[in-house]
Amino acid sequence: MTETPPTTYKAKDFSSDQEVKWCPGCGDYSILSQMQKVLPELGIARENIVFVSGIGCSSRFPYYMNTYGMHSIHGRAPAVATGLKMANPDLSIWVITGDGDGLSIGGNHLAHLLRRNVDVNVLLFNNEIYGLTKGQYSPTSEQGKYTKSSPLGSLDHPFNPLSFALGSDASFVARTLDRDPTHLREVLQAAEQHRGTSFVEVYQNCNVFNDGAFQIFTDKKQKAAHTLSLLPGEPLVFDEGRKGLKINGLKPEIVDLAEGNSLNDLWIHDPEDPTKAYLLSRLFGEDEPRALGLIYQEERFTYEQAAQNQLEKAREVIGPPDLDSLLRGKHSWTVS
Amino acid sequence: MSDQIQTLPKVTIHFAGDSGDGIQLAGSQFTNTTALAGNDLSTFPDFPAEIRAPMGTVAGVSGFQINFGSEAIETPGGRPDVLVAMNAAAYRKNIGSLKSGGVVVLDTAGFDKRNLKLAGYGPEESPLAQKPDHLQFYEIDVTKLNREALSDLDLGRKERDRSRNLFVLGFLYFLYHRPLQPTLDFLRDKFESQPVVWEANKRSLRAGHHYGDTIEALTRYRIEKAELPPGEYRNVTGNVALSLGLLAASVRSGRSLFYAGYPITPASDILHELSRHKNYGAQTFQAEDEIAAITAAIGASFGGQLAVTATSGPGMALKTEGLGLALMLELPLVVVNVQRGGPSTGLPTKTEQSDLQQALYGRNGESPLPVLAASSPADCFQTAFEAARIALEHMTPVILLSDGYLANGSEPWRFPSTEQLNPIQPPLAANAPHDKTPYRPYQRDERLVREWALPGQAGLEHRVGGLEKEVETGHVSYHPENHETMVRLRAQKVQKVAHDYPATQLVQGSKDDKLLIVGWGHTLGAIKVAVRRMREKGHPVAQLHLKHIWPPAQDLPALLQSFPQILVPELNDGQLIHLLRDRFLVAAQGLNKIQGRPFLADEIEDEALKMLSND
Repeated sequence: MTETPPTTYKAKDFSSDQEVKWCPGCGDYSILSQMQKVLPELGIARENIVFVSGIGCSSRFPYYMNTYGMHSIHGRAPAVATGLKMANPDLSIWVITGDGDGLSIGGNHLAHLLRRNVDVNVLLFNNEIYGLTKGQYSPTSEQGKYTKSSPLGSLDHPFNPLSFALGSDASFVARTLDRDPTHLREVLQAAEQHRGTSFVEVYQNCNVFNDGAFQIFTDKKQKAAHTLSLLPGEPLVFDEGRKGLKINGLKPEIVDLAEGNSLNDLWIHDPEDPTKAYLLSRLFGEDEPRALGLIYQEERFTYEQAAQNQLEKAREVIGPPDLDSLLRGKHSWTVS
Repeated sequence: MSDQIQTLPKVTIHFAGDSGDGIQLAGSQFTNTTALAGNDLSTFPDFPAEIRAPMGTVAGVSGFQINFGSEAIETPGGRPDVLVAMNAAAYRKNIGSLKSGGVVVLDTAGFDKRNLKLAGYGPEESPLAQKPDHLQFYEIDVTKLNREALSDLDLGRKERDRSRNLFVLGFLYFLYHRPLQPTLDFLRDKFESQPVVWEANKRSLRAGHHYGDTIEALTRYRIEKAELPPGEYRNVTGNVALSLGLLAASVRSGRSLFYAGYPITPASDILHELSRHKNYGAQTFQAEDEIAAITAAIGASFGGQLAVTATSGPGMALKTEGLGLALMLELPLVVVNVQRGGPSTGLPTKTEQSDLQQALYGRNGESPLPVLAASSPADCFQTAFEAARIALEHMTPVILLSDGYLANGSEPWRFPSTEQLNPIQPPLAANAPHDKTPYRPYQRDERLVREWALPGQAGLEHRVGGLEKEVETGHVSYHPENHETMVRLRAQKVQKVAHDYPATQLVQGSKDDKLLIVGWGHTLGAIKVAVRRMREKGHPVAQLHLKHIWPPAQDLPALLQSFPQILVPELNDGQLIHLLRDRFLVAAQGLNKIQGRPFLADEIEDEALKMLSND
């Protein structure tokens, strides 16, 4: 493998010669741009980076990155990435998927990727709508959503992507937003640095079919009251320090800090606690702040490393390849 | 001792019993011993789809047939000469198919009231009192004799009865002059860590052998060694041979093997076999479903490995979209379909050849790809090696058709040495100098094959995908003329695979014959026997067997058109015949059987003779 000095990269080195064809104003542009800015900082040779996607608006992403890439078939990117990582564990692999690709048609593969803990990064662009097929409700759309395919309102109860990831035993779970470039870059960096599958949900605005779905989390006036920035070891405060979260048994409780509640009484964020991570993922209601940042992280063996270990062990125990003796088998005879 | 010894050219034995009676083990041990004794042979196990179907019932009967002899053996045999029946159900299911003058070996303990009832005999029926008088019977109380032989061992009754199959095997070894040693060696390897079980098995085998020695007026049989071409041999099943072919292709191409599969009958043994050979750098990935298996394989292929997935009919249906992607990306991939009776879940443990049209046409869009078929258990090795060679050298997915009969059947295999296997040369891209010209991943050589540039190679960064590509650059293109050009380029690339084929050869006969029988897949043996018999009687019949079904050999049209009559026997409702009629405008006639059972040579002979006499 040839190594190019990675320090020489600039963001434009990661931009392919293809014209970007998302709708003007799409949140995908921001994610693409932050990705191209983050990669030079990661110190990975460009030839060792691969973007793998499924089908949907977000899945066009690999075409715009000047790295290796595969635009595969609907929902199957996690499986493609698994095979590729097993074939070459040195690669930095990014799975780009959406709420339909990753949680509907490909939900099965995503769950299995997470439990196996293959060392790849999954970015799930969640816009709560089907964009490329022009506006049907998605598995993350709110119940009762009026769309082309649900003129009387959708019947489906939505997926909570973070709860799904935690339920699948993901070893890294985070949430970020297209409209907060700094936060997005920090999360992408942490995701790449984690060994194991990193699951990152990115709230992404579809300004054509579902505009403003995340407005209360991004709008300057509203976001403080509706988002909870997670920092390891820090108390859970939001609304510019006016409110906080306590934990009462296993029940989160929103408290007003002006009403005599002390910072010392608040829930301290511990991303290594799976139970509390799940509770954070369940902050999903209209009157609850939405958690942003790293929700959960654990160190666990990676699938491709375990697979490599088996190959090495087999070489030790069985011995080096010897095709002639393999073909001969245990019982052979000679006809002369 | 008043033994008579009779020499026979060949014998067909059918072992039958409950699916928990150890029939497959007894059959495979008899096979191994017979192979080492130098006979030619062919075997066919036939078991129910259920792991333990209701005990004692006809539905729960597990069978294993071996045909062996001093002459060339092409099939597991039609009607058996010998039936081994461990219970009444096994007897009831098989007694009607025995040849006249045949031999029956049975365990009388399996014919008590309960077993007779379970087998579906009425209260007044007593099959052993109404035996067909053209058959010779060995009625042995195996259960009782075996328990006595093991009486002083510290084993429960159930454990004791477990080695009944070895008692019967020992008796057959006596009848057919087979040595006990290969099976004793096998038992040592298997049970060394459980001394009491090992002892019980050894004793049962020897007790069965001694029993033959003590009963009187017994005819024993001798089957001389077969005259096989000189070389080194081993016995092999189709699934094992196929796995070894893939490993050999990995060694000879220098590409590590990546095998992804989801458990499915009758393909799972390939996964089992390959997972034992990780010292070859071969990774096996048990995927969450059939779709993940093929797409993980595509990922590994993108990463530079010899990627393979295997399945059976219903799994193949699920892999369809993945096949289209591999074809569009132009990445090497071997997809094995071990066919079984269909459609849908169909007959999981029975054999059929009904997925040929699925292999040829079962994808959206214009999507031809090479299709190969193995014709015998041992031939699964060469066909797997050839499928991998085509995939790697021509940058295309390849479908390899096997089936349940080949997968589980076995025969002696004259295995090759490493040097006899040609090196496989995939078109790996050379490392690129660092310049500003973007890499063109869909540039093609004179065979229309693109290069294989692997992630990790600097300067060759490129994107591939399922969207239509621009010629050479591989950029997404919706241009009308470009699409037609690319569709034709992909098809022509596949056509050029035929340039590698050797000249087509008839299996038997010549162009001067009147009737050509064209087959593919496992029917090779049955057709061979039928054609040989007809030719011995002077009939002008020739045989052709296709390994490469798509693209067809370039000399195939002329060869087919030189015969006035063509017969195409298939275990389906007529699939290859459509291809032959459509592509070569020949007036072929079909012979079709869709019973989950292989052809008998007689059936093919009857049909061929009818055609010759109607002319």
